[in-house]
Amino acid sequence: MELHPIMSSKGMNSPSAQFVTPSRLGIYEPIHQLGTWGGNIKSNGNPSTSTPMIVEVDTKLDTQSEDTSHGTFPPSNKYEQEASKPVDKIQRRLAQNREAARKSRLRKKAYVQQLESSRLKLVQLEQELERDRQQGLYMGGGVEGSQIGFSGPVNSGIAAFEMEYGHWVEEQNRQICELRSALQAHISDIELHILVEGGMSHYFELFRLKSAAAKDDVFYVMSGMWKTAAERFFFWIGGFRPSELLKVLHPHLDTLTDSQFMDVNNLRQSCQQAEDALSQGMDKLQSTLADTVAAGQLVEGGCIPRIPTAMEKLEALVSFVNQADHLRQETLQQMFRILTTRQAARGLLALGEYFQRLRALSSIWATRPREPA
Amino acid sequence: MDKITRLASEKGVVIFSKSSCCMCYTVNILFQELGVSPVVHEIDQDPEGREMEKALMRLGCNEPVPAVFIAGKLIGSTNEVMSLHLSGNLIPLVRPYQRAVS
Repeated sequence: MELHPIMSSKGMNSPSAQFVTPSRLGIYEPIHQLGTWGGNIKSNGNPSTSTPMIVEVDTKLDTQSEDTSHGTFPPSNKYEQEASKPVDKIQRRLAQNREAARKSRLRKKAYVQQLESSRLKLVQLEQELERDRQQGLYMGGGVEGSQIGFSGPVNSGIAAFEMEYGHWVEEQNRQICELRSALQAHISDIELHILVEGGMSHYFELFRLKSAAAKDDVFYVMSGMWKTAAERFFFWIGGFRPSELLKVLHPHLDTLTDSQFMDVNNLRQSCQQAEDALSQGMDKLQSTLADTVAAGQLVEGGCIPRIPTAMEKLEALVSFVNQADHLRQETLQQMFRILTTRQAARGLLALGEYFQRLRALSSIWATRPREPA
Repeated sequence: MDKITRLASEKGVVIFSKSSCCMCYTVNILFQELGVSPVVHEIDQDPEGREMEKALMRLGCNEPVPAVFIAGKLIGSTNEVMSLHLSGNLIPLVRPYQRAVS
C-alpha cells in the first residue's frame, strides 16, 4: 500500500491531537514502560497520556547537565559512608558513573526520539487509512492503483470487502493483545481454549470474506492490494503460504513430545506437497490461458466450439484461490489439533505478531526518509 | 452409472478429469508426488462424456471433475483429497498403489 505521495506533503513534526491507543498499534506497548527508566518523569504533573510523557522525558534530558544528575546516582549520604576509603578511588568511581549515566541518557534520548517519530508516522498513516476506508474507495493507493484500472465504476462488493477487512485487522490486533495478556497472566487451560477457538474462527472468517470477494473480482483478491506491501511480497495465490505459516510457528513450540514432533513433520511435508501441486496447477492455468488468448478464443461463440475459452479459464482462477484458502485453513486446523491448548495459544500469538510486524514494516518503509532526487 | 463404476474399479487410483481442467492436473500432480500414477479419464474426450458428468454429479460431487476414486470407492474432489492428505490419511489409502522404489 504505497501512501508516500500523500505523506510527503505533510509535516512530520506536529504531534496529532488524537492518539491511537497502544492496543491498536500492538507492538508499540513498550512506550508505557519508559516511565520506569528515569526517576523524575512522573513529577511533571501532566495527565497520563503517553506522548506528553515522552516529550517531557526529552526536555528533562536536554536540561540536565552532566555533572548534576538525579535519580541514577547514589544519594549523598553514601559519600559519607565511603569517607574512610581513599579519595581518588571515590573520585574515579564517581567520574565513571557520571560518564556511564551520560552515555545512557544519550542512548535513551536517541531511542526515544526514533520511537516517537515512527509512532507519529504510524498514527498519521492509520488516520489516512481510516478516512479512505470510510469513504469506501478502492484502496489502490499511489502509483500502482492507476495501473490496475481503477478508473472504472467502484465495485461495491470489493469496497465492502475493504471495510470488512479493515475491521478484521482491528479485531485481530485486539485478540493478539488479549492473548498476550492471557499467556502472561497464566489463566486456566479452559479459558485459554476459548481464546484459541476464537482466534481460529477469526482466521476462518477471513477465508469466508475472501471467498465472497473472489467471486466478485478474483484479480483483486489475487493482487493483494487489500494487504500491505510487505505482506504482498510473500503473496501466494491470494494470501500467505501455508508452509510459511508452519515456519513462523515452529520456533515458538518449545516442548513438543516425540509424537507431536513426528506429526508436525508429517504435516509440514504434506502441506509442502499440496502447495507444490497447487503451484504447478497455477502454472498450467497461466500457460493454457496464454494459449487461449493467443488463439483469440476469449468468449464462447467463437469459431471452435467446446474448446475452453479464456473466460472459462478465469473462472478456474476462483477455484484456485478458494483451494489455496482451503489449504491455509486445513493447515491451521491440523496444526492446532496436534498442539496442546497452551502451545496453540503461543502459536497463535506468534502468528498474529508476525503479520502485525509485516504490516508495521510496510508503514515504516512507506514513510522512510528519502534522499532528495 | 455402470461405466463410471467399471472404470473406477479397474485400477487403484482413478481420476475423472477434463483435459482443460487445471485443478484436475493439480490433483494428479499431488498423487505423482506421493509416488502414485493415477489412471486419468478425460470425460470431455469420451463420447459418453455428458452422461458420465451427470453420473458424477449424482454421486454427490459439487464439481464433476476432478472426481477421485481409490480402490473403487469415491473419495471426493480436490477439497476432500487435500483434507485427507493434511490429516495424514491419504498416504495409507494409496500405499498399495505406490510405485516400487527402484
